[in-house]
Amino acid sequence: MAAATNAARERAPVLLVLMGLALALLVAVPILNTLPEDSPYRLSDFSVVLIGKYLCYAMLALSIDLVWGYCGVLSLGHGAFFALGGYAMGMYLMRSIGTRGVYRDPILPDFMVFLNWKQLPWYWYGFDHFAFAAIMVVVVPGLLALAFGWLAFRSRITGVYFSIITQALTFALLLAFFRNDMGFGGNNGLTDFKDLLGFPLNTGATRRGIYVASLVGLVGTYLVCRRITRSKLGRVLIAIRDAESRVRFLGYSVTAYKLFVFTLSAMLAGIAGALYVPQVGIINPSEFSPANSIEAVIWVAVGGRGALYGAVIGAFAVNGAKTWLTTSVPELWLFVLGGLFIAVTLFLPRGLIGLIGLGGGAPRGLGLDRLLPRLSVPKVPKPRRGDG
Amino acid sequence: MAEPILYLDGVSVSFDGFKALNGLSLIVESGELRTIIGPNGAGKTTMMDVVTGKTRPDTGTVLFKGKHDLTRLDEARIANLGIGRKFQKPTVFDSLSVFENLELALKAQRDPFAALRFKLDGAQRARIDEVLALIGLADRARELAGILSHGQRQWLEIGMLLMQDPELLLVDEPVAGMTDQETEQTAELLRRIAGLRSVIVVEHDMEFVRALATKVTVLHEGSVLAEGPIDQVQANERVIEVYLGR
Repeated sequence: MAAATNAARERAPVLLVLMGLALALLVAVPILNTLPEDSPYRLSDFSVVLIGKYLCYAMLALSIDLVWGYCGVLSLGHGAFFALGGYAMGMYLMRSIGTRGVYRDPILPDFMVFLNWKQLPWYWYGFDHFAFAAIMVVVVPGLLALAFGWLAFRSRITGVYFSIITQALTFALLLAFFRNDMGFGGNNGLTDFKDLLGFPLNTGATRRGIYVASLVGLVGTYLVCRRITRSKLGRVLIAIRDAESRVRFLGYSVTAYKLFVFTLSAMLAGIAGALYVPQVGIINPSEFSPANSIEAVIWVAVGGRGALYGAVIGAFAVNGAKTWLTTSVPELWLFVLGGLFIAVTLFLPRGLIGLIGLGGGAPRGLGLDRLLPRLSVPKVPKPRRGDG
Repeated sequence: MAEPILYLDGVSVSFDGFKALNGLSLIVESGELRTIIGPNGAGKTTMMDVVTGKTRPDTGTVLFKGKHDLTRLDEARIANLGIGRKFQKPTVFDSLSVFENLELALKAQRDPFAALRFKLDGAQRARIDEVLALIGLADRARELAGILSHGQRQWLEIGMLLMQDPELLLVDEPVAGMTDQETEQTAELLRRIAGLRSVIVVEHDMEFVRALATKVTVLHEGSVLAEGPIDQVQANERVIEVYLGR
């Protein structure tokens, strides 16, 4: 029993073909990159890295869709989990620089030598091993989400109040990571990476390798989210979104469900961040900026929340537009982003996928949404008072 | 003698100085169908909130089957003990199908990991089909609950309570906004449910209360004003004064 209605089931083959096509295009990217330089079909190294970044953004969007689109929990701090995953990866990349740094210290990263530190702080131990760093990529965001979520959800903080404290969370982390004393490179963050698992980062082959890893990561994230949303667990999440207190009176611990999905989502965001950092070559505190988290939520809103492919489409569409606009008319971008959010909220409550009639669960088309507001799935979030 | 299914003694709740419940004492026997009436603000809904764990009483005892202290448990725990609740405003999950609404209410392990692995077995499917037939929504099982009519939503919610298979059912104004025919069908439905389990119905509609033909408790200003068969209660001077006479 999927959450799909008959109408949704009829659309399934179309959707499958479209998704197959999109996947084929994404798989083609690194292959086209290997063509000889003079081939008209060759994709530049720049494009590979760019689309690789989009893949990571799409993973982040999926993780947000899982908590927001399905469970109705609007996190405006998911960028923090993404950044923490990125920092964990950055710490590994930093330690694998070894003696190739400016100061040639075999243990201490350059910024520590510069700060006149004599010893590696304890929390940097273990990051010379990739496996340890890989575990931390999910454990650190996961633990933070678990602790933060436990405090928030058991106190029944919902709606805009929850969104605001997630903004505060990411802002607090931004300020903390700016401090040199924190031991994460302060303002400059972590950069000047040399290689990953022994492969030099500046070669085309490594870039393609990381791209493939990101693609596998995106597909894996999609499958994990799909497994959840297609299960009874997923239907409980939707029920929480629709009528939270009813779910409680049915005997479900809403706190446990929210905590589960919030923590899992943070871990997925952490993986996205870890795959992102080796592609851009730097991680610094600006990744914690509250605006980043909001931007990621806009991707999901634009694509269409409450349907997993909607989040992926949104991440690609908005970031594609961003890349194009920030190179041609950079001063316009923020206006476009803000306008986009307002327009989607007012006119496209189910996002782009609602526009093309692929929205999850509800009838096709655009007009019906407004004629029969009850049918629009999911609803435009309303600030909820306490626990109605 | 068997323990009463629900035992309230001296329960008081106040909100900002307003006494919603004022030393309320009430006993509902196992298997009983009880109707609670009272003017607005008499404390009917607050009483349900206390029994289902939504509101903590300031003082008083609330016991389920003589052994579970309901003042110490949260909503989910109380629901799992076997107390179901139907809200005044029908509350179903609009973005899920009728079938899925019932599936969620089905008695099963309630933790997230169990839900992730959950697969409906034959007996459970049959049980859902049985309830679908009982609430008259068998041919609409695959439709979204959001498109049901008001009356159908009420029945779906009652159906969800049946899936929960509670020992005690609290039903808040089940026929508010229903047509006469729907009201009749609902009374029939509730009578069929009672007998197997205990049911407390809060209602305004006197026709409906008559149709149910049960022992009636009248609440007024947070405590019990009168109790007995409907004819006797309607003849009670004080009841007429505060409620029926107006």
